[in-house]
Amino acid sequence: MFNMIDKVWIIPALMAASFLVILFFGKRWGTRATAGIGIASVSICLILSVVVAGNWISRVNHPPTGAALAADIAAANGLTPQTGETIGEEANAATKDSGETVTTDSHASSEEGHAAESGEHGGEHESVPPVVRTVTWFQIGGMEFEMGTLVDGLAAMMLITVCIISLLVHIYSTEYLHGDVRFTHYYAFLSLFTASMLFYVLSSNTLQMLMGWELVGVCSFGLIGHWWEEKKNTDAALKAFLTNRVGDIGLILGVIITFFAAGGISFNVLHINEYALSGNANTTLLLVGALCLFGGVTSKSGQFPLHTWLPDAMAGPTPVSALIHAATMVVAGVYLIARLYAVFFSGLAIGSSTFHYVAFIGGFTTIIGGLLAFVQTDLKKVLAYSTISQLGYMVMALGVGAWTAGVFHLFTHAFFKACLFLGAGSVSHACHHTFDMREMGGLRKKMPVTHATFLVATLALAGIFPLAGFWSKDEILAGSASGQENAYTIMLIFGLITAFLTAAYMGRAYWMTFWGKYRGHAHPHESPKVITVPLIILAGCAVFLGFTNFPKSFFGIKLPGSVTTRFEHFVEPTFSFPPLQHAEFTPWLAIASTILAAGGLFLAYQYYEKNRGPHGLTSRNKVALAGYTFLENKYYLDDLYTGVIAGSTKGPIARAANWFNQNILDGVINGIGFVARKIAGVVYVFGDQLIIDGAVNGSGQGSEGAGQLLRKIQTGKVQQYASILFAGAVVLAGVLVFVV
Amino acid sequence: MKDFLNSWGISLMVFLPLVGALAMLVVPKAKEQFHKVVALAASLVVGFIGILIMTNFDYDANGQLQFVVDKAWIPIINSRYIVGIDGISLPMIALTLLIVPLCIIYSWNHFPEPKNPKAFLILILILETGMLGSFVAQDLILFFVFFEVVLLPMYFMIGVWGGEKRQYASLKFFLYTLFGSALMIVAFLSLYFLSDKIPVNGEMMHSFDMRLLPELATGISTGAALWIFGGMFMGFGIKVPMFPFHTWLPDAHTQAPTVGSVILAAVLLKLGTYGFIRIAIPILPGAAEKWAPFIGLLAVIGIIYGALCCLAQTDMKRLIAFSSVSHMGFVMLGIATLTTFGFQAAIFGMVAHGLITGMLFFVAGSTKDRYHTLDISRLGGMLKSMPHMGWILGFSVMASLGLPGLAGFWGEFPAILSAYNPGLGLNVAFFRVLMVIAAVGTVLAAAYLLWMYQRVGFGVPTKEFEDDPHLHDVTFTEWVAWTPMLILIVVLGFVPNIIFKVTDGAVSNTIAIVNGLGG
Amino acid sequence: MFLNQFLLLAAILFCIGVYGVLARKNGVLVLMSIELILNAVNINLVAFGAYWHVNDMANVSGQVFALFVIAVAAAEVGVGLALVLLIYRNRQSIDIDDVDMLKG
Repeated sequence: MFNMIDKVWIIPALMAASFLVILFFGKRWGTRATAGIGIASVSICLILSVVVAGNWISRVNHPPTGAALAADIAAANGLTPQTGETIGEEANAATKDSGETVTTDSHASSEEGHAAESGEHGGEHESVPPVVRTVTWFQIGGMEFEMGTLVDGLAAMMLITVCIISLLVHIYSTEYLHGDVRFTHYYAFLSLFTASMLFYVLSSNTLQMLMGWELVGVCSFGLIGHWWEEKKNTDAALKAFLTNRVGDIGLILGVIITFFAAGGISFNVLHINEYALSGNANTTLLLVGALCLFGGVTSKSGQFPLHTWLPDAMAGPTPVSALIHAATMVVAGVYLIARLYAVFFSGLAIGSSTFHYVAFIGGFTTIIGGLLAFVQTDLKKVLAYSTISQLGYMVMALGVGAWTAGVFHLFTHAFFKACLFLGAGSVSHACHHTFDMREMGGLRKKMPVTHATFLVATLALAGIFPLAGFWSKDEILAGSASGQENAYTIMLIFGLITAFLTAAYMGRAYWMTFWGKYRGHAHPHESPKVITVPLIILAGCAVFLGFTNFPKSFFGIKLPGSVTTRFEHFVEPTFSFPPLQHAEFTPWLAIASTILAAGGLFLAYQYYEKNRGPHGLTSRNKVALAGYTFLENKYYLDDLYTGVIAGSTKGPIARAANWFNQNILDGVINGIGFVARKIAGVVYVFGDQLIIDGAVNGSGQGSEGAGQLLRKIQTGKVQQYASILFAGAVVLAGVLVFVV
Repeated sequence: MKDFLNSWGISLMVFLPLVGALAMLVVPKAKEQFHKVVALAASLVVGFIGILIMTNFDYDANGQLQFVVDKAWIPIINSRYIVGIDGISLPMIALTLLIVPLCIIYSWNHFPEPKNPKAFLILILILETGMLGSFVAQDLILFFVFFEVVLLPMYFMIGVWGGEKRQYASLKFFLYTLFGSALMIVAFLSLYFLSDKIPVNGEMMHSFDMRLLPELATGISTGAALWIFGGMFMGFGIKVPMFPFHTWLPDAHTQAPTVGSVILAAVLLKLGTYGFIRIAIPILPGAAEKWAPFIGLLAVIGIIYGALCCLAQTDMKRLIAFSSVSHMGFVMLGIATLTTFGFQAAIFGMVAHGLITGMLFFVAGSTKDRYHTLDISRLGGMLKSMPHMGWILGFSVMASLGLPGLAGFWGEFPAILSAYNPGLGLNVAFFRVLMVIAAVGTVLAAAYLLWMYQRVGFGVPTKEFEDDPHLHDVTFTEWVAWTPMLILIVVLGFVPNIIFKVTDGAVSNTIAIVNGLGG
Repeated sequence: MFLNQFLLLAAILFCIGVYGVLARKNGVLVLMSIELILNAVNINLVAFGAYWHVNDMANVSGQVFALFVIAVAAAEVGVGLALVLLIYRNRQSIDIDDVDMLKG
């Protein structure tokens, strides 16, 4: 197998090229060619990604040693020795400010120390540095900043996930968007999105991550607003973009703070992680930095209170919802935490403090998302709230220190959630493009393949043994139960409640859609192969992928080490990574969560299918009604954001600013102009006209008068002139004779 | 070649547009084609000389002035004809050299009422001389002369070819900036008389030489330096324009013809920020340090305030004009931090803003040509009626809101970053507060731009314009004029080093002067 | 001695000339009177020239000057008569009191 890991930049570049080709030639070449280009590019990317993953696996199995290792570590940290006065000053200024004493030298030594340390206590396998390849990006103050690719297990895993789902969505869309007015634009954006997402996961520094982060945001904007003729869709697109921008304030500030915290010399992810783990890290600064970064996560990954854009984002085409708003883009935030884990670990003191901001927000989000899913009648919105809830799960896992569990859940969730979305799309494709579950029902018979795959994915999401969701969810629960010093019991409770809620609302959606009698007016039929094959593949993934992280001991079954916890072995970083305790598989938790999930499904079955239980509760009980209304209005957050904050900003506040500008500031200027003109008028009348012009006119009139007098002498009579001349001569002569 | 460029290159570049203008003066105005060709040729030849200069520029020594010409000019006050280019001026010159021909191309079939291409193009060429001259001048009086040369053509351009309220707008523009200039020249003169003397031909004289003044001005007392800086602040700050001296800008932009708006936004505003970086701060670093928090505060107020005003606008062009106030706030914030990061961000921001806002004004102008209105509530569905134009507008909007991967980002992000850790003895806590507020400004920028785009680009065309035959998509001349800018916005976004590397040495030198003399 | 007589003659001639210029209405007569004045001057010049000639043999400037005056006078009369002729042609009169178009 050739070595792709050095040239991994080709993967996003290929997708970017695909974007440009589709953008410029798509219209001319027609829809088939457009889709063909997109699918071909993603397929190649998928193959290359698999090669990269293979390279990484062999690298973990045969870690570099000696000089190669040293070279890799140097490349990974991206720190070439810097010289020059300005840099020294800048760096000193930076360290002075943040109260740090890190210099390049002492840092290098601490890094060695850490490398040795992690090698010791890591125990299981040696520290394998990621493969980092960089080129100079830009230069400021003599310091060179680099851009490049960073490949480790996490990145390779994301590469494959993104490529697979993107490929399936590309294929699926050829049918789903068949005959759409903007077919080429759609595929162009899909390519751009895939390129940006791959660029993001391969970033070697935080600035690059910021760039990829925003680019995927733009694609999301463009795709949510795909049918931009309707204001509803563009509103949703704007809401998504602006909400994300709010979170991006945090991200931007977080990038800045971590940059300066780590000495102000590099944005390199590993450099920042390394700093966060070094003994002399400024934890206050890291805490602020981590919280700011988490602001970005909050919006991108739909955490409370910035999750409100995600359900609205369902206005976009369904394959897009599957790709962007379920499987890949929204997990960018989770990926950010996973990537900069050392910053969060040290900053929030995961495992050693009682301040569990990240874990708490994650846990809280799981519950509020899960509750909202119950009051939705739109199938996609149920899935959207489910996504919010599951993203909360991942964030919670990372917050409690269960890194592998969180990332593993990211991995499995991507497949079964994509399967659910595509399944919903298939249903809607059959039912006149509606997503309203009240107009569905009984589709089990009419769409057998869709039904089967949807069921598998539902069970996987609910966490039923032995599907993928069971394993990943269980790890999270085990992590919060026992993980870092048993500090997170509350998160365990959140997790268990959500396990129940998830199963219940998914059961509701499943029964409402596929069972009972058909309530709509269309003639549902099974979708064509282009749609069902991706569903089958994804359902297959939902079944089998859970085994990639098979626990070391499972109810007493002890499999050989070479097949258990493979995911953890290959994906969890061993370089610049905080020392974590790994939770063991906990049988009682697995049983408890399975019971809860099964219970949830059962209750949903009873309530929605068999129509048992307290129906019409909301009309009888005031408290229930209040709760229902509260949920119906999505906790009134939308009213707060759209109505109060956005409304006041673009309404009264903006108008006030404009009024201030027009009347006060401009008024001052115009006032000055007015007063100046008045003063000028006065000066003109009295000063100019009366005195200065008076003098001028006076002198003119004086000369005229004199002229009037003198003209009398000029008679035109030559002899008179001559007499005067002679008289003058006589006078002159007299003067000459008598006076001189 | 190199020798020729060394002695004549810059002067040729600066004065060739004037030669073109003179040639056009003697030809009757009925020969429109001749005027267009001559004007375009003049600007292209100037551009070509600029390219020669750029290719011969020693990029490794971008901190040094190159192609310096130093000749006696007004010996009695020891004002000299000194021109030169270093890393700070090079990007600005490149921007000017690019924008002017594009504007001429754009005007080709688009001359605003009352037409008269001869006069219009002559004004553009004079403007080019003024702008280029300001960026190469290394003598305060010379700089001032060029700085003022720019004023008059722009006044006529707005006053003659402008919209309905052109008289008010042009007069306001002229008087406002002239007022600033008056204070600026007073500041220059006080600087001249208060700074140390140097020997000139065996005689001790004061000097206007910008290269020497940082050294010569060290003897000026703190109080005097503060006042002098204040004078320059008014002169440059009005031009930028900084809150609260910005009110001439929306009127000027709204009323100016498209090309006038583009030149105004793309280059003229930069004269102010350039003045801060090149003149005010290196010469009086001590005063700059005292003024910096104030400048930073005004800059951040400008960011937020400009954005809020944008949200309230109903006219597309006026909205873009207010967005300039907001964006230039980022540039000034970068400058106020007195760090390499900040200065670099400022210069990048200047170029990026020139390209992006120039582009937005171009689109706004073309929109007005077709719809005969820029009232946002009457527009809509541009993507439907004119898909290419809609995409270009969308692209420019994305660039303008500072999307990473496009040029605007590199003006904003490093500016925000630099405020985390301001230079000299500036108050760190204060600047960090400014940083956070500036970051909030990025959200507002996205809000007003996207909101505008939603109402202009998305949706379906209003009844009024449903089947309007005037709504034709981007024309050939428009493509020619816009493509270079669009490409540059992307390229600069991905390869920021094109500018950062060029300016780095010069900015580091400037900051070293500030640190050496101000601290 | 003998200088006085010449000066006396010249003075008489001058006075007659002045009288003619100031008093006569006929343009030709006015011109002739001017001629008298000029000749009075000539007499003076020649007289003084002879007077100086006694002391300084080389000095003939008085005579030379007189010759100049004669030449100039001839020219002046030529122009003057031409003017008078034209006035006569236009107005059928040479009364100089009628010619007062330059009146202010």
